[in-house]
This record gives sequence, C-alpha cells and structure tokens, in this order.
Amino acid sequence: MTALTHLQRLEAESIHIMREVVAECENPVMLYSIGKDSSVMLHLAMKAFHPAKPPFPLLHVDTTWKFREMIEFRDRTAERLGLELLVHVNREGLERGIGPFTHGSSVHTDVMKTQGLKQALDRYGFDAAFGGARRDEEKSRAKERIFSVRTAQHRWDPKQQRPELWRLYNARKAKGESLRVFPLSNWTELDIWQYIHAENIPIVPLYFAAERPVVRRDGMLIMVDDDRMPLEPDETPELRRVRFRTLGCYPLTGAIDSDADSLIAIVREMLLATTSERHGRAIDHDAAASMEKKKSEGYF
Amino acid sequence: MAHDADLIARDIEGYLAEQERKSLLRFITCGSVDDGKSTLIGRLLYESKLLFEDQLQQLEADSKRMGTQGEALDFALLVDGLSAEREQGITIDVAYRFFTTDRRKFIVADTPGHEQYTRNMVTGASTADVAVILIDARKGVLTQTRRHSYLVSLIGIRNVVLAVNKMDLVGYSQETFETIVADYRAFAERIGIERITAIPMSALRGDNVTTASDAMPWYAGPTLIEFLETVEIESGHQSRPFRMPVQWVNRPNLDFRGFAGLIAGGTVRPGDRVRVLPSGRESVVRRIVAHGGDLDEAVAGQSVTLALADEIDISRGDVLCSATEPAGVADQFEATLIWMSEEPLLPGRPYLLKIGTRVVTGTVSALKYKVNVNTLEHLAGKTLDLNEIAVCNLSLDRAVAFDAYEDNRETGGFILIDRLSNATVGAGLLHFALRRSQNVHWQALDVDKAARATLKAQKACVLWFTGLSGAGKSTVANMLEKKLFAQGRHTYLLDGDNVRHGLNKDLGFTDVDRVENIRRVAEVAKLMVDAGLIVLVSFISPFRAERRMARDLLEAGEFLEVFVDTPLAVAEQRDPKGLYRKARRGEIRNFTGIDSPYEAPENAEIRIDTTAMSPEDAADAVLERLRDAGIV
Repeated sequence: MTALTHLQRLEAESIHIMREVVAECENPVMLYSIGKDSSVMLHLAMKAFHPAKPPFPLLHVDTTWKFREMIEFRDRTAERLGLELLVHVNREGLERGIGPFTHGSSVHTDVMKTQGLKQALDRYGFDAAFGGARRDEEKSRAKERIFSVRTAQHRWDPKQQRPELWRLYNARKAKGESLRVFPLSNWTELDIWQYIHAENIPIVPLYFAAERPVVRRDGMLIMVDDDRMPLEPDETPELRRVRFRTLGCYPLTGAIDSDADSLIAIVREMLLATTSERHGRAIDHDAAASMEKKKSEGYF
Repeated sequence: MAHDADLIARDIEGYLAEQERKSLLRFITCGSVDDGKSTLIGRLLYESKLLFEDQLQQLEADSKRMGTQGEALDFALLVDGLSAEREQGITIDVAYRFFTTDRRKFIVADTPGHEQYTRNMVTGASTADVAVILIDARKGVLTQTRRHSYLVSLIGIRNVVLAVNKMDLVGYSQETFETIVADYRAFAERIGIERITAIPMSALRGDNVTTASDAMPWYAGPTLIEFLETVEIESGHQSRPFRMPVQWVNRPNLDFRGFAGLIAGGTVRPGDRVRVLPSGRESVVRRIVAHGGDLDEAVAGQSVTLALADEIDISRGDVLCSATEPAGVADQFEATLIWMSEEPLLPGRPYLLKIGTRVVTGTVSALKYKVNVNTLEHLAGKTLDLNEIAVCNLSLDRAVAFDAYEDNRETGGFILIDRLSNATVGAGLLHFALRRSQNVHWQALDVDKAARATLKAQKACVLWFTGLSGAGKSTVANMLEKKLFAQGRHTYLLDGDNVRHGLNKDLGFTDVDRVENIRRVAEVAKLMVDAGLIVLVSFISPFRAERRMARDLLEAGEFLEVFVDTPLAVAEQRDPKGLYRKARRGEIRNFTGIDSPYEAPENAEIRIDTTAMSPEDAADAVLERLRDAGIV
C-alpha cells in the first residue's frame, strides 16, 4: 500500500481541477502573474496535459509597473515551454497616465489590474480563468470555492456560492457568466516552496537575495527598478542585500533584508520568519475586509 | 508541535527531505453555535506557531476592538472570514484552514452549527477523513450534536473525535465528562459510528488541545493534536477494485491516445486488464504516462494518464474498471438525497446529474421517505426543502457506471444541478440499482416512426400551446385541428381539462402535481408522435423546466412551442370558466397567474398575440409555419 504524501495529494487535486475545466469549458485561459504560485500552477499544467501541451494560453495583465526581471522571466518561460502568451495592458489607463506614484496604490491597482483583467477576459471571450490564489493567503479567500462563478460584469457574490462536494465541480454557467478557478486553493506558502524544491521549478531571480538599489519609504524598502520612480530630495538609493517574498508592481512591493540566495536558504528563512507573506504588499493594508470588497468588484 | 527550529537552522536539506514525505489529513469541525469551534481552530493555528508577528498584531488589535475575551486574545477572530459574519460573530459558510506540524499537514473544514446550514456541513464532510464534534460540557449532547453526527455518519466518515469543550466551566469534572461520553456513545451506536475518541478539553485555555492538561490528571488519553497526528488515514480506497472515471482524452498527435483521470479506487499497473463502462469493452493497460517518465504503478488518489493496448471508443464520462471486479451499470437507483437549494425539489422534474465525470439527466421518480435529521424518524413527503434529506428512487436518461456509495465515495456520490439556474441544488449517495432497471429492456420494433408518418403523408410533431388560463390556447388549437383535419392530416388534440378527467384525474394543482401532470402528457405526446401523428397539446404548463423536459423527449424539429401570449388582465377579464373570479375570492388555490407563477417562454417557435389577431388568423399563422417547416 503506497501512502501518498501531502504534496502528491495536492498535486493530484490541482491536476484534476485543471482537467475538469478543460473538459467542461469552451475557452479557458491561465492567468499568469509570474510569481512563485504561477510558476507552480504552470508546472502542474505541464504535468496535467503531458504529453500534450496545456490546451489554453497564458494571460498576463501587465500594469507596466512590474519589475523588469519579471517581464524577462515571463517571456523566457513562455518560450522555453512553447506556450502561447497573451499580454494585455489597459491602454485607456495608460493614456490617462495612471500609475502608482501619481494615483496611489488603490486607483492604480483598480484601473491597471482589475479593469485590465476584465478588458482582457471580455476581449478574448474566455469563459474560465485559472488563478493561483491560495486559501491560506487571506481570510475571505478561505471561504471561496475552487470553482467560483462571476457575473457578466465579473462580480463575485459570496452568498451565491455553489456547494462543492467530493471532487464534483459544477462548471456550468449562463451565457456571459464566467468562472474563476483556483487549482492551488488548498496549498500553503510552505507547500509551494517545498514543491518548488522537490520539483526543481524555475522562479524569478528577485526571490533570491542580491545587491539591489532601494529606498526606504513608508516603512517599506522599495527597489528603484527604473527611472520612472520620483525620488524625494532626501532619498538616495542605497545598495542593500535584499530579496522579495512576493512579486507585484515594483513601487508597491517591499523588499526584505536577506542573505538567502538559494532556494534552501529561502525556505529556512521563511520557516524562521515572523512576518506573513502579504505584509510586503501595500494593497492589503486598507480596510479590514478590503479583499472581500475588491473581489466582489472583480479583482481576481 | 512547533517546528523544529534547531533542525531547520542546522540541517535544512534534511528537514525538507523529511517534510516532503509528510502525510495530509483533512478533518471537519462541527458543533452548535458557541461551542467554541472558531476558538479551537484559532488556537490550533496559534499553537502550531504558524502565525506571524503581523497576524498576531492584527489579532491583538481585533481582540481589543471586537473581541469577547476582555484583554485576552480572541482566537475566533483569526478564523471568521467574511465581513458580514465578523459583525454578527457567527460563521456562515464552510471555510478551509491550514496548519502544519512536523508530522502532518492538516486541512480543516470549519462548518457552522446553524440548522439552516446543513448544506455546508455536508459539503465540508464530503472531503474529510476525520470529524471533530464539539460539545459544550455545560450543555451535553444536544439536538445539533445528534444532527451533525448523523450527517457525519451519512457521508461515511468513520473516525470521530468527541471534543468535550469548556471543561474549565464545569470545574474540570471527570463525572460530567463521563456522563456526556456515555450519552453520546449510546446515540452513536444507533447510527453506526464505530470509532469514537473522546477528549475533555478547553480550547480557550488550551487544555488537551496541544498539551496535556494539568487540570485533568484523570485523563490519560491523547491530546487532540496527538490524535490527529497519529490517526490512520484510510488510504483513499487503495484496497478497493480499480476505478478511474475518464476526465479527458489526451490526443496530441495520431500516435498517442491517453485517458486522463484521477484514480478513484484501487491500483493499476501496465498489463492490467480493464473494462470500459458502460460500454463493456475490454483492453489492457499499456502505459501509465507521466511527465517525468512512465510509472510502474499508480494508486487511488493519483492523477494519471493511461494508454491502452487496443483502439476502443472511450470518451469523457466513461469509467475504466478492473475487468474482474467491474462497477455496476444502471439507470435507476435507490439513493439518499440531501437538498441544498431554496427552490424545493420537485419529483418528476429533470435535473442534471453529475457522477464522476459524467453528466446525465435525472429525475426523482418517487420520494420513499424523508429523514428527520434530529430524531432520525422517517416521514412521508412529496417535495424536499433546503437542508432536508430523503431516500428516493432516481431515474436517469441513460445508464451510468457506479458503485454503492458505501463502497466508494467517488463512484457512488453525485450532485444535482438545476438546468436553468445552473446552481448545484442537491447531493446524493447511491445505494443500489433498482431491479426493474436491469429487467426492463427496449423492444426493437420493425415499423418505425418515420414509416408510420410517411404512410400518412406528413411529418409527425408536437405543437405545444402554453399560456395562462383563458388565454385562448384551446380555442386556437381547436381551430387549427379543424383546418388540419380538413386537409386530411392525422392529428390529435390533448387538452389539459380533458386529460385531467382521465389519465391525470389523481393529480391536483400543487407544483409537484403540475410537474407530474406535464410529464405524463409529454410522454403521451411522444407516443403519439411515434405513431406518426401531429399532436396538439393545449396545457397551461406554467414552468419552463417541464416544457423543456417535453422538448427534450422529442427529436430536434419535432417540438414547436406556441406561446399564446395574452396579458393576465385580458385573460382575467375574459374569464370564460369563471375561474379567475373564484381564485380572487380565494375559493381556488394555486391558480396560475394569481397565486402560482407562470414562467413565459423565452424562445417559443411561434408567438400568438390574441389581443391583436383573431383565433382564425392565429390558426392560419401556425399552419403557415407548419408548411414552412415541411411538416404539412
């Protein structure tokens, strides 16, 4: 009798979820955000459909403020795996000059990420989108189903969730409605790192410690990734040995001082750390139930 | 249970290698409101040292702002997620929590105690290996305790922890604990829960949660976490016969054809003989294809892709089975049904049924009895409301492969989906196939529908007139039949009132009876189409779902829906039979348009506005459509 490990059980579940979507939906897409969770989700997709390629494209909603290393990694990954990569930018937001420095994190995130995502889903007519969110990230996510229905306006109604029993997912939807599907729902941050380690999955180098130019702002270490970052008179970028625990728009993502320059060192640091993962994201610090509100408005 | 910080610092490689071999246990916590579930889970998260400093700060801030524990930490606040319930201080849905010890990873389904949320509890239990049932030591075994235990046993969880909580509030009394445990065992025996581990604890103070309680030296058993870390996980049906519902056919090129699925039972190796159900064809497993190279063996719980030795027709929904111990195949079952929708179950109404990876149409043909989840009494009933449970007969539109639920949850459990709203409205457990399912066969006949219709120089079809009482359905249908008859067509008019005098005289006007009324008429109409007739059906038929059922019984193009569209005010003013006046006076109940709904067609083939055309013109308009469609 072979006892499956927790990673084997999680892997089998995620693969099963992806295959259900491909079998029951007409036009699925995988949201690819370039971070470590996306790397794991993509790796699982390669396994799920082997020897075929995953029968859906990757979609990156580019806010134009991602770290340059993320963009390079994204393009390299799509090429290495031979997958179709769609990149969508909210052109209208770009023309209005929306950005995190000029408009603040919440307007920037809403226009360039949430609205951008809705535009992309509408433009290509995707009826199901895989996202890499995990239930352990945030309290409202703990209650979201794996298959989550969105209205034609991309809204989420937490009161209308469908019960999910056994492995029987209900992928049916009315015309115009779409699904968000979260194959990594039951993974934790530690599971993700263990799996990356066990399966030797490539991740963006920003996760590893290196000398990088940063300024301290509002208690966060912000990396000066390009010359769009306006510096205050008293701010001078200094080279510090830092790394990132999560990746997003560089002006909104805090670095941490770290010497962890290998996967093993990252996991060790994480296990001995005292600050949770999303702490480095400016977006979550708003009101108590901020994520639930964002999700009901269409944030992934 | 904390992570071994020394080992992590000293030998992270060794630590990780060990961690990657950890097992996973899923459990559900259930109990009445205020039994302390959220507090217990909050404490497990806290004690597993997986809370970070900022989460602790948030917890301290929240505890001060809305906590119920004075200056102490309110662990429940860690767990209560959606904002509505945070304000009400209750848990309203299933939430999944995660924590890890050095021995195991845990997924906790946190489910609420309110009666109206039985649905959520069943959902949480369906994926759990163990159930933790909380009891307030001051209150003992309550109605809710019995209900939760019944649901746990119904869903097939065999290991139960009876967590007698709030022992601090009864002076850590051994006698109180033992009385409660004895009460519970007596009840649990009746419902077939065999393995019970009773633990006296205080989630608030931490007694016997992760560390043995100093206050209860009389208790020598495991702490909750010790139990959860060591309880044997039933290894996903591995010792059962091989089953794999096919999810997806993997066909990257002409040289490869693989069948992807998650193994729902048993093990599989290359060379194993498999039977494909429901077709019954057999082949041999050639390869177990995986990303990093072919496997020599795969077991229940793994997602795999199988390649077979023979080119046989297999598609999504088929089940690959052990050839020596195959699953059953049937289209009629006895099943337990748990209803999960605000809209009641209507026997006779077709729902989509998903079992494994197959979706078919299913109807509940008879409710045998409802189960009172509090007393386990059997009750008679015609419908099922939200959170009610019944044993029923189930009839599918085609045969599926299955196992009894008690033999295999994955090939014996199903969900029901509403065909209009797409909501998941019910969940069920198959018990056994009805014998008539195996013994009633289709008799193949030599003279077929097309032959009979050709002899009559027409194409058979159903003209389904729907509309309010007094809309003019029968008037138009009668006029049309006269015209068809004059042309020498072979017709029959099924009129609602007339059929209710005979075939359907046992039926009333409740929603349940209306569904059955339409089902019978639709089946009669189908037989008449088979006989080659042009069938005119004149029934109010107020529900979309049943008109759709009638449509689905026939072949494409054979069903023409005629919506006799007369506004309620006009129909009520005409009131040819005086029924509206009686309904308004309350002398008739369940009258369509007054106190029973009419769901207008959205895509009727023909719409007749009786306020704009005479019955004669209307009949001509329908006749015109029949000519266009090549029926006459």
